[in-house]
Amino acid sequence: MNVIVLAWGGDGSAPTGPVQELLGAARRLAGAGGGSVVAAAFGPAAGAARSLIEYGADRVLTVEHDALAAADADAYVDAAEAVCKHVGDAVVLIPGDRLGWETAPRLAHRLDAGLVTDAIDVAVEDGRVVATKPVYGGKAHAKIAMRGASQAVLVRARTQAPLAPDAGRSGEIEAFAFEPGPNAGRVRVVEYKHEDTGDEVRLEEAKVVVSGGRGLGGPEPFQQLAEIAGLLGGAVGASLAAVDAGWVPASMQIGQTGKSVAPDLYIAVGISGASQHVAGISGAKTIVAINKDAEAPIFRVAHLGVVADYKDVLPALAEELRRVKG
Amino acid sequence: MHIAVCIKQILDPEISPRAFKINREAKLAEQAGASLVIGPFDLNALEVAIQLKEKHGAKVTVLTFGEEKAQDALRRALAMGADEAVLVAGDGAASREPSVTAKVLAAAIRQLEPVDLVLCGRQSGEWDYGQVPGLLAEELGLPLVPFVPRLDVSGDGFRLERESDAGNVVVEAPKGLVVSITNAQDNNPRLPKVRDIMMANRKPIKKLGAADLGLDEASASASAGRLEVLDLFIPEVDSECEFVEGDDGAEKAANLVKKLLERKVI
Ligand SMILES: Cc1cc2nc3c(=O)[nH]c(=O)nc-3n(C[C@H](O)[C@H](O)[C@H](O)COP(=O)(O)OP(=O)(O)OC[C@H]3O[C@@H](n4cnc5c(N)ncnc54)[C@H](O)[C@@H]3O)c2cc1C
Ligand SMILES: Nc1ncnc2c1ncn2[C@@H]1O[C@H](COP(=O)(O)O)[C@@H](O)[C@H]1O
Repeated sequence: MNVIVLAWGGDGSAPTGPVQELLGAARRLAGAGGGSVVAAAFGPAAGAARSLIEYGADRVLTVEHDALAAADADAYVDAAEAVCKHVGDAVVLIPGDRLGWETAPRLAHRLDAGLVTDAIDVAVEDGRVVATKPVYGGKAHAKIAMRGASQAVLVRARTQAPLAPDAGRSGEIEAFAFEPGPNAGRVRVVEYKHEDTGDEVRLEEAKVVVSGGRGLGGPEPFQQLAEIAGLLGGAVGASLAAVDAGWVPASMQIGQTGKSVAPDLYIAVGISGASQHVAGISGAKTIVAINKDAEAPIFRVAHLGVVADYKDVLPALAEELRRVKG
Repeated sequence: MHIAVCIKQILDPEISPRAFKINREAKLAEQAGASLVIGPFDLNALEVAIQLKEKHGAKVTVLTFGEEKAQDALRRALAMGADEAVLVAGDGAASREPSVTAKVLAAAIRQLEPVDLVLCGRQSGEWDYGQVPGLLAEELGLPLVPFVPRLDVSGDGFRLERESDAGNVVVEAPKGLVVSITNAQDNNPRLPKVRDIMMANRKPIKKLGAADLGLDEASASASAGRLEVLDLFIPEVDSECEFVEGDDGAEKAANLVKKLLERKVI
């Protein structure tokens, strides 16, 4: 079967990490079913056409239009629909970023395709494409097959192994002419809000993230977290419960419906470790949990656990860090 | 202004992993002792609708596609401040199939008096497909604005803040759109008062079947959908947590730093 990878984002020099992963997954699927891998490179990503081939595409269709530069989802849906119909029946792999979540269901509707979102695995079983996705907040996993000639899978980032880029790989690059439909631009952007998290380090890129949850009991202890994060050159995050309590802005939320982080060190303080929270830290190398309940699920994913009241731990932790870092 | 809010009744997502059981044959979670609740983001959507109603005056209609017991979710929404409630009867499997759900909800919404705004949660909080809002927008031929923490009326249309990959963006859209709501500090759902709950129990719930919507039974069943669940299982987690020792918090903190240095994490 043929596999189409939707590629967007990045600065046009190389595919983004998630797109590299999709190309790796696409090669494995195409290999199992004997088809080719077509990458559709939209807007600025078109500049990375050659690099898309190095990462596994057999053919790249570049789709460029002013409407795509503005990240207008109406235009992206139109463009993706046009490319997919041009290529014909295929399995479409979609990046699991917000643009992907926005585009995927609408594209699937237009292609009359089954769509599985948030897949952590996609494979061919008995001749069918089967996607595995966490359900019930990750407490269970479901294996789902899609009906129909055209199928789509939105893949969670950091779940697929990319291929090593191979400068010797060959493939075709073709420009694909595209005009947005009459509906593009129905929704107009009037303002870009700049996140003001008060942090100098961006959460998504931080090497150290110190997060607080409902167990902190109020906004004040987040100051202590900020101090510890500062000592480690990191940023402060939070659970949904802390955001909903109004203690911190939503831009600090980590998890399935917040941000995904992949720091070298993640410290969870007063966070129970609900699977929806843990979904956002699967890329963390070392996870430390500080929680007064030894049975808290966070200890199932933590590498180092401290069973204690945070009030007794944080001041000493800050002091100790000042000593070794100072 | 007429606002339709689509809500789904789900198994309480807060139940602990230990209490969580599945029926592998039925490929579903067992309810056991857990309660059925409205999805968390659907509650945020309801709160947004009711705040708009309080601010500008509006009629709020809640809809759900599900089994008879989903009436409880509708009653809760009425108690929070919704005006009318519609239950489209379907079996559990059909209402978990996003393409069928969207078709059914679109047909129900078309039967209502004209709707200016359709609100959904960003994802159900159960199978978390996150598809119904987008599919619904396509079914109804309306624009979609997803991941919206807050919105307000602006001129003849709406002004919405939405999350995007590049941070939050403010957009404007004319009346007639589908919005998926995400949680924010200012859309925490209100708790209805006892009096409102009692009043809501007396309000009528409109019940519709596939035939009332001009759909044949088969097209409103799960087999008309685009997905086939092959298996449901509980993944294994192997914990490798090393607990840091110490007589008190301070000693544990010191030992933690020691371990982090040993492991060359800091
Ligand atoms: C569809 C869906 C999506 C969701 N998305 C997200 C998401 O993106 N991110 C997210 O975080 N959540 C998300 N949630 C919510 C999630 O299910 C949990 O409700 C939430 O993560 C709980 O936050 P918490 O751990 O801070 O609070 P709680 O679960 O209440 O845990 C508080 C913890 O603090 C501990 N504690 C209390 N006092 C102290 C003390 N003095 N010292 C030390 N420890 C103490 C307690 O033992 C407890 O373990 C989502 C839920 C759903 C249904
Ligand atoms: N059976 C249903 N009845 C009413 N609304 C639903 C139903 N299923 C999904 N929705 C709405 O669509 C949103 C996304 O659902 P899903 O695509 O299943 O994750 C939910 O938060 C609800 O607002």
